[in-house]
Amino acid sequence: MAGRSSCLVANDWFCWEYVTSRSQELTDATLQHVWITAVSVVIGVLVSVPLALLARRGRRWAGPVLALTTLLYTIPSLAMFSLLLPVFGLSAAVVVTGLVLYSLTILVRNVMAGLDAVPDDVKEAARGMGYGPLRMLWQVELPLALPALLAGIRIATVSTVALTTVGAIVGKGGLGNLIAPAVTSSFKAQVLTASVLCVLLALVADVALLAVQRLLTPWTRAAKGA
Amino acid sequence: MGGGVLGGAWDWLADGANWSGESGVWHRLAEHVYVSGLALALACAVALPVGLWLGHLGRGGALAVNISNVGRAVPVFAVLALFMVSPLRNAGYVPTVVALVLFAVPPLLTNAYVGLREVDRSVVEAARGMGMSGGQLFRRVELPLAWPLVMTGLRSAAVQVVATATIAAMVGQGGLGRIITAGFNTYNTPQVVAGALLVALLALLVEGVLVAADRLLSPLRPASLRTEQS
Repeated sequence: MAGRSSCLVANDWFCWEYVTSRSQELTDATLQHVWITAVSVVIGVLVSVPLALLARRGRRWAGPVLALTTLLYTIPSLAMFSLLLPVFGLSAAVVVTGLVLYSLTILVRNVMAGLDAVPDDVKEAARGMGYGPLRMLWQVELPLALPALLAGIRIATVSTVALTTVGAIVGKGGLGNLIAPAVTSSFKAQVLTASVLCVLLALVADVALLAVQRLLTPWTRAAKGA
Repeated sequence: MGGGVLGGAWDWLADGANWSGESGVWHRLAEHVYVSGLALALACAVALPVGLWLGHLGRGGALAVNISNVGRAVPVFAVLALFMVSPLRNAGYVPTVVALVLFAVPPLLTNAYVGLREVDRSVVEAARGMGMSGGQLFRRVELPLAWPLVMTGLRSAAVQVVATATIAAMVGQGGLGRIITAGFNTYNTPQVVAGALLVALLALLVEGVLVAADRLLSPLRPASLRTEQS
Protein backbone atom coordinates (compact mmCIF):
# COMPACT_ATOMS: atom_id res chain seq x y z
CA MET A 1 0.00 0.00 0.00
CA ALA A 2 2.48 2.58 1.18
CA GLY A 3 5.48 3.87 -0.69
CA ARG A 4 6.05 4.65 -4.32
CA SER A 5 3.16 2.84 -5.93
CA SER A 6 0.63 4.68 -3.78
CA CYS A 7 -0.70 6.89 -6.57
CA LEU A 8 -1.57 3.79 -8.62
CA VAL A 9 -3.23 2.19 -5.62
CA ALA A 10 -5.06 5.38 -4.67
CA ASN A 11 -6.23 5.72 -8.30
CA ASP A 12 -5.11 9.35 -8.57
CA TRP A 13 -5.74 11.44 -11.69
CA PHE A 14 -2.07 12.35 -12.03
CA CYS A 15 0.34 9.50 -11.55
CA TRP A 16 3.90 9.70 -12.79
CA GLU A 17 4.37 6.13 -11.60
CA TYR A 18 1.82 5.11 -14.22
CA VAL A 19 3.67 6.92 -17.00
CA THR A 20 7.03 5.34 -16.13
CA SER A 21 5.76 1.82 -15.47
CA ARG A 22 3.59 1.68 -18.62
CA SER A 23 5.86 3.71 -20.90
CA GLN A 24 6.11 0.82 -23.40
CA GLU A 25 2.32 0.50 -23.63
CA LEU A 26 1.94 4.27 -24.02
CA THR A 27 4.62 4.44 -26.72
CA ASP A 28 3.05 1.57 -28.69
CA ALA A 29 -0.40 3.16 -28.51
CA THR A 30 0.96 6.57 -29.56
CA LEU A 31 2.85 5.04 -32.50
CA GLN A 32 -0.28 3.19 -33.64
CA HIS A 33 -2.21 6.44 -33.34
CA VAL A 34 0.36 8.30 -35.44
CA TRP A 35 0.57 5.77 -38.25
CA ILE A 36 -3.19 5.23 -38.50
CA THR A 37 -3.67 9.00 -38.74
CA ALA A 38 -0.80 9.51 -41.19
CA VAL A 39 -1.84 6.68 -43.53
CA SER A 40 -5.48 7.85 -43.47
CA VAL A 41 -4.64 11.47 -44.33
CA VAL A 42 -2.18 10.48 -47.09
CA ILE A 43 -4.74 8.16 -48.72
CA GLY A 44 -7.39 10.85 -48.19
CA VAL A 45 -5.30 13.37 -50.14
CA LEU A 46 -4.56 10.86 -52.92
CA VAL A 47 -8.29 10.14 -53.29
CA SER A 48 -9.56 13.70 -52.90
CA VAL A 49 -7.46 15.30 -55.65
CA PRO A 50 -8.92 13.13 -58.47
CA LEU A 51 -12.41 13.52 -56.94
CA ALA A 52 -12.03 17.31 -56.91
CA LEU A 53 -10.81 17.24 -60.51
CA LEU A 54 -13.81 15.11 -61.45
CA ALA A 55 -16.17 17.48 -59.63
CA ARG A 56 -14.70 20.38 -61.60
CA ARG A 57 -15.60 18.82 -64.92
CA GLY A 58 -19.10 20.22 -64.57
CA ARG A 59 -22.25 20.38 -62.50
CA ARG A 60 -23.18 16.84 -63.49
CA TRP A 61 -20.26 15.56 -61.41
CA ALA A 62 -19.94 18.29 -58.78
CA GLY A 63 -23.40 17.66 -57.30
CA PRO A 64 -23.00 13.92 -56.62
CA VAL A 65 -19.37 14.23 -55.43
CA LEU A 66 -20.19 16.97 -52.92
CA ALA A 67 -23.43 15.30 -51.80
CA LEU A 68 -21.67 11.98 -51.28
CA THR A 69 -18.77 13.41 -49.27
CA THR A 70 -21.21 15.44 -47.13
CA LEU A 71 -23.45 12.42 -46.57
CA LEU A 72 -20.45 10.35 -45.42
CA TYR A 73 -19.84 12.87 -42.65
CA THR A 74 -23.30 12.30 -41.16
CA ILE A 75 -22.56 8.60 -40.63
CA PRO A 76 -21.51 8.28 -36.98
CA SER A 77 -17.92 7.07 -36.59
CA LEU A 78 -19.05 4.23 -34.34
CA ALA A 79 -21.46 3.02 -37.03
CA MET A 80 -18.91 3.49 -39.79
CA PHE A 81 -16.30 1.33 -38.07
CA SER A 82 -18.89 -1.30 -37.14
CA LEU A 83 -20.20 -1.41 -40.71
CA LEU A 84 -16.74 -1.76 -42.24
CA LEU A 85 -15.90 -4.60 -39.86
CA PRO A 86 -17.55 -7.38 -41.95
CA VAL A 87 -15.67 -6.09 -45.01
CA PHE A 88 -12.15 -6.06 -43.60
CA GLY A 89 -12.36 -8.16 -40.42
CA LEU A 90 -10.62 -7.07 -37.23
CA SER A 91 -7.82 -5.03 -38.77
CA ALA A 92 -6.56 -1.47 -38.92
CA ALA A 93 -7.96 -1.28 -42.47
CA VAL A 94 -11.42 -0.80 -40.91
CA VAL A 95 -10.33 2.33 -39.06
CA VAL A 96 -8.16 3.67 -41.89
CA THR A 97 -10.97 3.30 -44.44
CA GLY A 98 -13.44 5.06 -42.17
CA LEU A 99 -11.02 7.90 -41.47
CA VAL A 100 -10.21 8.29 -45.18
CA LEU A 101 -13.94 8.61 -45.96
CA TYR A 102 -14.36 11.29 -43.26
CA SER A 103 -11.30 13.24 -44.41
CA LEU A 104 -12.76 13.48 -47.94
CA THR A 105 -15.46 15.92 -46.76
CA ILE A 106 -12.85 18.51 -45.83
CA LEU A 107 -10.17 17.70 -48.41
CA VAL A 108 -12.37 17.61 -51.56
CA ARG A 109 -13.88 20.98 -50.67
CA ASN A 110 -10.51 22.56 -50.03
CA VAL A 111 -8.91 21.21 -53.21
CA MET A 112 -11.89 22.53 -55.21
CA ALA A 113 -11.71 25.91 -53.50
CA GLY A 114 -7.97 26.04 -54.21
CA LEU A 115 -8.39 25.16 -57.89
CA ASP A 116 -11.25 27.63 -58.28
CA ALA A 117 -9.08 30.39 -56.85
CA VAL A 118 -6.47 30.06 -59.62
CA PRO A 119 -6.81 33.32 -61.60
CA ASP A 120 -8.15 32.95 -65.13
CA ASP A 121 -5.48 35.20 -66.64
CA VAL A 122 -2.76 32.94 -65.22
CA LYS A 123 -4.38 29.93 -66.90
CA GLU A 124 -4.84 31.96 -70.08
CA ALA A 125 -1.17 32.92 -70.05
CA ALA A 126 -0.11 29.29 -69.50
CA ARG A 127 -2.36 28.19 -72.36
CA GLY A 128 -0.82 30.90 -74.55
CA MET A 129 2.64 29.55 -73.69
CA GLY A 130 1.52 26.19 -75.09
CA TYR A 131 0.81 24.32 -71.83
CA GLY A 132 -1.37 21.24 -72.30
CA PRO A 133 -4.05 20.31 -69.75
CA LEU A 134 -1.80 17.91 -67.80
CA ARG A 135 1.20 20.22 -67.65
CA MET A 136 -1.10 23.09 -66.72
CA LEU A 137 -2.55 21.04 -63.85
CA TRP A 138 0.81 19.88 -62.57
CA GLN A 139 2.85 23.08 -63.01
CA VAL A 140 0.28 25.85 -62.68
CA GLU A 141 -2.99 24.86 -61.04
CA LEU A 142 -1.85 22.44 -58.31
CA PRO A 143 1.00 24.67 -57.06
CA LEU A 144 -1.39 27.63 -56.88
CA ALA A 145 -3.98 25.47 -55.08
CA LEU A 146 -1.35 24.32 -52.59
CA PRO A 147 -2.18 26.81 -49.78
CA ALA A 148 -5.86 25.73 -49.74
CA LEU A 149 -4.88 22.05 -49.97
CA LEU A 150 -2.43 22.37 -47.06
CA ALA A 151 -4.99 24.26 -44.98
CA GLY A 152 -7.41 21.37 -45.64
CA ILE A 153 -4.77 18.79 -44.70
CA ARG A 154 -4.21 20.58 -41.37
CA ILE A 155 -7.91 20.55 -40.48
CA ALA A 156 -8.32 16.94 -41.66
CA THR A 157 -5.27 15.78 -39.69
CA VAL A 158 -6.40 17.36 -36.43
CA SER A 159 -9.91 15.87 -36.72
CA THR A 160 -8.47 12.51 -37.76
CA VAL A 161 -6.24 12.38 -34.66
CA ALA A 162 -9.34 12.93 -32.51
CA LEU A 163 -11.50 10.44 -34.46
CA THR A 164 -8.88 7.68 -34.37
CA THR A 165 -9.74 7.12 -30.67
CA VAL A 166 -13.17 5.74 -31.70
CA GLY A 167 -11.29 2.94 -33.51
CA ALA A 168 -11.00 1.40 -30.04
CA ILE A 169 -14.33 -0.31 -30.83
CA VAL A 170 -12.37 -2.67 -33.13
CA GLY A 171 -9.23 -2.55 -30.98
CA LYS A 172 -7.34 -0.31 -33.43
CA GLY A 173 -7.81 3.11 -31.89
CA GLY A 174 -4.24 4.01 -30.90
CA LEU A 175 -4.52 5.85 -27.60
CA GLY A 176 -8.25 5.09 -27.61
CA ASN A 177 -7.31 1.46 -26.94
CA LEU A 178 -5.98 2.57 -23.55
CA ILE A 179 -9.00 4.78 -22.79
CA ALA A 180 -11.75 2.20 -23.44
CA PRO A 181 -10.71 -0.49 -20.91
CA ALA A 182 -9.69 2.19 -18.37
CA VAL A 183 -13.27 3.50 -18.31
CA THR A 184 -14.57 0.04 -17.43
CA SER A 185 -12.05 -0.33 -14.60
CA SER A 186 -12.23 3.37 -13.57
CA PHE A 187 -8.47 3.76 -13.98
CA LYS A 188 -8.24 7.57 -13.78
CA ALA A 189 -4.51 7.98 -14.50
CA GLN A 190 -4.74 5.94 -17.69
CA VAL A 191 -7.80 7.82 -19.03
CA LEU A 192 -6.24 11.21 -18.30
CA THR A 193 -2.75 10.39 -19.60
CA ALA A 194 -4.05 8.88 -22.86
CA SER A 195 -6.47 11.78 -23.39
CA VAL A 196 -3.78 14.41 -22.78
CA LEU A 197 -1.38 12.59 -25.13
CA CYS A 198 -4.09 12.52 -27.78
CA VAL A 199 -4.71 16.29 -27.59
CA LEU A 200 -0.93 16.93 -27.56
CA LEU A 201 -0.56 14.75 -30.65
CA ALA A 202 -3.19 16.82 -32.49
CA LEU A 203 -1.54 20.10 -31.48
CA VAL A 204 1.96 18.89 -32.45
CA ALA A 205 0.60 17.72 -35.83
CA ASP A 206 -1.07 21.11 -36.33
CA VAL A 207 2.11 23.07 -35.57
CA ALA A 208 4.26 20.73 -37.71
CA LEU A 209 1.89 21.10 -40.67
CA LEU A 210 1.84 24.88 -40.21
CA ALA A 211 5.64 24.82 -40.51
CA VAL A 212 5.39 22.69 -43.67
CA GLN A 213 2.80 25.11 -45.05
CA ARG A 214 5.13 28.09 -44.46
CA LEU A 215 8.09 26.25 -46.02
CA LEU A 216 6.20 25.12 -49.13
CA THR A 217 4.25 28.31 -49.77
CA PRO A 218 6.50 31.21 -48.75
CA TRP A 219 4.65 33.52 -51.18
CA THR A 220 1.44 33.49 -49.13
CA ARG A 221 3.24 35.18 -46.23
CA ALA A 222 4.97 37.69 -48.48
CA ALA A 223 1.62 38.60 -50.03
CA LYS A 224 0.08 39.13 -46.61
CA GLY A 225 2.96 41.34 -45.51
CA ALA A 226 2.71 43.54 -48.59
CA MET B 1 -22.32 -6.51 -47.35
CA GLY B 2 -24.93 -5.72 -50.00
CA GLY B 3 -28.53 -6.84 -50.19
CA GLY B 4 -28.21 -9.61 -47.61
CA VAL B 5 -27.04 -7.32 -44.83
CA LEU B 6 -29.52 -4.57 -45.71
CA GLY B 7 -32.30 -7.15 -45.87
CA GLY B 8 -31.25 -8.42 -42.47
CA ALA B 9 -31.30 -4.88 -41.10
CA TRP B 10 -34.79 -4.40 -42.53
CA ASP B 11 -35.97 -7.63 -40.87
CA TRP B 12 -34.46 -6.47 -37.60
CA LEU B 13 -36.27 -3.12 -37.86
CA ALA B 14 -39.54 -4.81 -38.89
CA ASP B 15 -39.52 -6.95 -35.74
CA GLY B 16 -41.72 -5.15 -33.21
CA ALA B 17 -39.91 -6.82 -30.31
CA ASN B 18 -36.79 -4.79 -31.10
CA TRP B 19 -38.69 -1.53 -30.61
CA SER B 20 -39.98 -2.04 -27.09
CA GLY B 21 -38.33 -2.20 -23.70
CA GLU B 22 -35.43 -0.33 -22.16
CA SER B 23 -32.97 -1.32 -24.87
CA GLY B 24 -35.60 -1.05 -27.62
CA VAL B 25 -35.48 1.45 -30.48
CA TRP B 26 -38.16 3.80 -29.05
CA HIS B 27 -36.40 4.23 -25.72
CA ARG B 28 -32.94 4.63 -27.32
CA LEU B 29 -34.33 7.09 -29.86
CA ALA B 30 -35.96 9.14 -27.10
CA GLU B 31 -32.66 9.18 -25.18
CA HIS B 32 -30.79 10.20 -28.32
CA VAL B 33 -33.18 13.03 -29.18
CA TYR B 34 -33.29 14.26 -25.58
CA VAL B 35 -29.52 14.25 -25.13
CA SER B 36 -28.67 15.86 -28.50
CA GLY B 37 -31.54 18.36 -28.34
CA LEU B 38 -30.63 19.52 -24.84
CA ALA B 39 -26.92 19.71 -25.71
CA LEU B 40 -27.60 21.70 -28.88
CA ALA B 41 -29.94 24.12 -27.07
CA LEU B 42 -27.40 24.71 -24.31
CA ALA B 43 -24.55 25.10 -26.80
CA CYS B 44 -26.57 27.67 -28.79
CA ALA B 45 -27.48 29.55 -25.60
CA VAL B 46 -23.77 29.88 -24.80
CA ALA B 47 -22.12 30.17 -28.21
CA LEU B 48 -24.49 32.34 -30.28
CA PRO B 49 -24.69 35.36 -27.92
CA VAL B 50 -20.93 35.32 -27.32
CA GLY B 51 -20.04 34.82 -31.00
CA LEU B 52 -22.49 37.45 -32.24
CA TRP B 53 -21.45 39.91 -29.53
CA LEU B 54 -17.74 39.50 -30.31
CA GLY B 55 -18.53 39.84 -34.02
CA HIS B 56 -20.52 43.01 -33.37
CA LEU B 57 -17.69 44.50 -31.33
CA GLY B 58 -15.10 43.25 -33.82
CA ARG B 59 -12.98 42.05 -30.92
CA GLY B 60 -11.64 38.71 -29.79
CA GLY B 61 -11.30 37.52 -33.40
CA ALA B 62 -8.27 35.35 -32.71
CA LEU B 63 -10.08 33.67 -29.81
CA ALA B 64 -13.30 33.18 -31.79
CA VAL B 65 -11.50 31.65 -34.76
CA ASN B 66 -8.97 29.55 -32.85
CA ILE B 67 -11.44 28.07 -30.39
CA SER B 68 -12.89 25.85 -33.11
CA ASN B 69 -9.40 24.63 -34.05
CA VAL B 70 -8.73 23.69 -30.43
CA GLY B 71 -12.17 22.12 -30.14
CA ARG B 72 -11.48 19.92 -33.14
CA ALA B 73 -8.37 18.51 -31.45
CA VAL B 74 -10.27 17.26 -28.39
CA PRO B 75 -11.77 13.78 -28.92
CA VAL B 76 -15.36 13.50 -27.64
CA PHE B 77 -14.61 9.91 -26.64
CA ALA B 78 -11.77 11.06 -24.36
CA VAL B 79 -13.93 13.78 -22.78
CA LEU B 80 -16.73 11.26 -22.15
CA ALA B 81 -14.22 8.79 -20.72
CA LEU B 82 -12.87 11.45 -18.34
CA PHE B 83 -16.41 12.25 -17.14
CA MET B 84 -17.17 8.56 -16.68
CA VAL B 85 -14.27 8.00 -14.30
CA SER B 86 -15.23 11.11 -12.29
CA PRO B 87 -18.17 11.43 -9.87
CA LEU B 88 -20.23 12.72 -12.84
CA ARG B 89 -20.78 9.10 -13.94
CA ASN B 90 -23.64 8.80 -11.45
CA ALA B 91 -25.40 11.88 -12.83
CA GLY B 92 -27.57 10.23 -15.48
CA TYR B 93 -27.24 11.80 -18.93
CA VAL B 94 -25.12 14.71 -17.67
CA PRO B 95 -21.75 13.35 -18.95
CA THR B 96 -23.07 12.97 -22.52
CA VAL B 97 -24.84 16.33 -22.52
CA VAL B 98 -21.82 18.21 -21.18
CA ALA B 99 -19.43 16.46 -23.59
CA LEU B 100 -21.70 17.32 -26.54
CA VAL B 101 -22.04 20.94 -25.41
CA LEU B 102 -18.23 21.22 -25.27
CA PHE B 103 -18.13 19.65 -28.73
CA ALA B 104 -20.75 21.97 -30.28
CA VAL B 105 -19.84 25.33 -28.74
CA PRO B 106 -16.56 25.99 -30.65
CA PRO B 107 -17.90 25.63 -34.23
CA LEU B 108 -21.12 27.51 -33.35
CA LEU B 109 -19.18 30.38 -31.80
CA THR B 110 -16.72 30.63 -34.69
CA ASN B 111 -19.52 30.54 -37.25
CA ALA B 112 -21.53 33.23 -35.49
CA TYR B 113 -18.46 35.43 -35.22
CA VAL B 114 -17.38 34.92 -38.84
CA GLY B 115 -20.97 35.37 -40.04
CA LEU B 116 -21.20 38.75 -38.40
CA ARG B 117 -17.73 39.86 -39.53
CA GLU B 118 -18.47 38.87 -43.13
CA VAL B 119 -21.23 41.47 -43.29
CA ASP B 120 -20.21 44.08 -45.86
CA ARG B 121 -18.37 46.82 -43.93
CA SER B 122 -19.66 49.53 -46.28
CA VAL B 123 -23.25 48.58 -45.40
CA VAL B 124 -22.39 48.80 -41.70
CA GLU B 125 -20.72 52.19 -42.23
CA ALA B 126 -23.77 53.44 -44.15
CA ALA B 127 -26.08 52.32 -41.33
CA ARG B 128 -23.87 54.11 -38.82
CA GLY B 129 -23.94 57.21 -41.01
CA MET B 130 -27.76 57.07 -40.96
CA GLY B 131 -27.50 57.43 -37.21
CA MET B 132 -28.28 53.88 -36.14
CA SER B 133 -27.26 53.00 -32.60
CA GLY B 134 -25.18 49.89 -31.87
CA GLY B 135 -28.30 47.91 -30.93
CA GLN B 136 -30.25 49.00 -34.03
CA LEU B 137 -27.27 48.25 -36.25
CA PHE B 138 -27.02 44.77 -34.75
CA ARG B 139 -30.74 43.95 -34.98
CA ARG B 140 -31.62 45.53 -38.32
CA VAL B 141 -28.44 45.19 -40.37
CA GLU B 142 -25.84 42.79 -39.02
CA LEU B 143 -28.08 39.98 -37.77
CA PRO B 144 -30.27 39.71 -40.92
CA LEU B 145 -27.23 39.74 -43.17
CA ALA B 146 -25.31 37.23 -41.02
CA TRP B 147 -28.39 34.98 -40.71
CA PRO B 148 -27.63 32.54 -43.58
CA LEU B 149 -24.10 31.79 -42.33
CA VAL B 150 -25.23 31.46 -38.71
CA MET B 151 -27.97 29.05 -39.77
CA THR B 152 -25.54 27.01 -41.89
CA GLY B 153 -23.29 26.71 -38.84
CA LEU B 154 -26.24 25.70 -36.68
CA ARG B 155 -27.30 23.03 -39.18
CA SER B 156 -23.89 21.40 -39.42
CA ALA B 157 -23.50 21.56 -35.63
CA ALA B 158 -26.90 19.88 -35.16
CA VAL B 159 -26.07 17.07 -37.60
CA GLN B 160 -22.67 16.58 -35.97
CA VAL B 161 -24.18 16.49 -32.47
CA VAL B 162 -26.73 13.85 -33.51
CA ALA B 163 -24.00 11.74 -35.16
CA THR B 164 -21.54 12.18 -32.28
CA ALA B 165 -24.08 11.33 -29.56
CA THR B 166 -23.65 7.68 -30.64
CA ILE B 167 -20.15 7.66 -29.12
CA ALA B 168 -21.81 7.86 -25.69
CA ALA B 169 -22.56 4.15 -26.09
CA MET B 170 -18.83 3.37 -25.95
CA VAL B 171 -18.79 4.39 -22.28
CA GLY B 172 -22.16 2.80 -21.49
CA GLN B 173 -24.33 5.92 -21.78
CA GLY B 174 -27.71 5.82 -23.53
CA GLY B 175 -28.80 6.70 -27.06
CA LEU B 176 -29.04 4.96 -30.44
CA GLY B 177 -25.35 4.07 -30.25
CA ARG B 178 -26.30 1.38 -27.74
CA ILE B 179 -28.14 -0.50 -30.50
CA ILE B 180 -24.88 -0.51 -32.48
CA THR B 181 -22.65 -1.57 -29.58
CA ALA B 182 -25.15 -4.22 -28.44
CA GLY B 183 -25.22 -5.66 -31.97
CA PHE B 184 -21.45 -5.41 -32.15
CA ASN B 185 -20.96 -7.35 -28.91
CA THR B 186 -23.28 -10.17 -30.03
CA TYR B 187 -21.87 -10.32 -33.60
CA ASN B 188 -25.31 -9.29 -34.85
CA THR B 189 -24.41 -7.41 -38.04
CA PRO B 190 -28.04 -6.71 -39.11
CA GLN B 191 -28.59 -4.97 -35.77
CA VAL B 192 -25.42 -2.87 -36.25
CA VAL B 193 -26.56 -1.82 -39.73
CA ALA B 194 -30.06 -1.06 -38.41
CA GLY B 195 -28.59 1.13 -35.65
CA ALA B 196 -26.34 2.96 -38.11
CA LEU B 197 -29.29 3.53 -40.47
CA LEU B 198 -31.41 4.91 -37.62
CA VAL B 199 -28.74 7.44 -36.61
CA ALA B 200 -28.08 8.50 -40.20
CA LEU B 201 -31.85 8.92 -40.79
CA LEU B 202 -32.20 10.97 -37.61
CA ALA B 203 -29.30 13.20 -38.69
CA LEU B 204 -30.86 13.72 -42.13
CA LEU B 205 -34.25 14.41 -40.56
CA VAL B 206 -32.72 17.05 -38.27
CA GLU B 207 -31.00 18.63 -41.28
CA GLY B 208 -34.29 18.66 -43.20
CA VAL B 209 -36.25 20.18 -40.31
CA LEU B 210 -33.65 22.91 -39.86
CA VAL B 211 -33.59 23.71 -43.59
CA ALA B 212 -37.40 24.03 -43.49
CA ALA B 213 -37.26 26.17 -40.33
CA ASP B 214 -34.66 28.39 -41.98
CA ARG B 215 -36.84 28.86 -45.10
CA LEU B 216 -39.84 29.72 -42.91
CA LEU B 217 -37.99 32.15 -40.69
CA SER B 218 -35.40 33.87 -42.83
CA PRO B 219 -37.60 35.41 -45.59
CA LEU B 220 -39.24 37.57 -42.92
CA ARG B 221 -36.00 39.24 -42.08
CA PRO B 222 -34.90 40.49 -45.50
CA ALA B 223 -38.54 41.59 -46.10
CA SER B 224 -38.62 43.62 -42.92
CA LEU B 225 -35.25 45.06 -43.84
CA ARG B 226 -36.57 46.08 -47.27
CA THR B 227 -39.65 47.81 -45.88
CA GLU B 228 -37.58 49.70 -43.37
CA GLN B 229 -35.21 50.88 -46.04
CA SER B 230 -37.84 52.14 -48.48
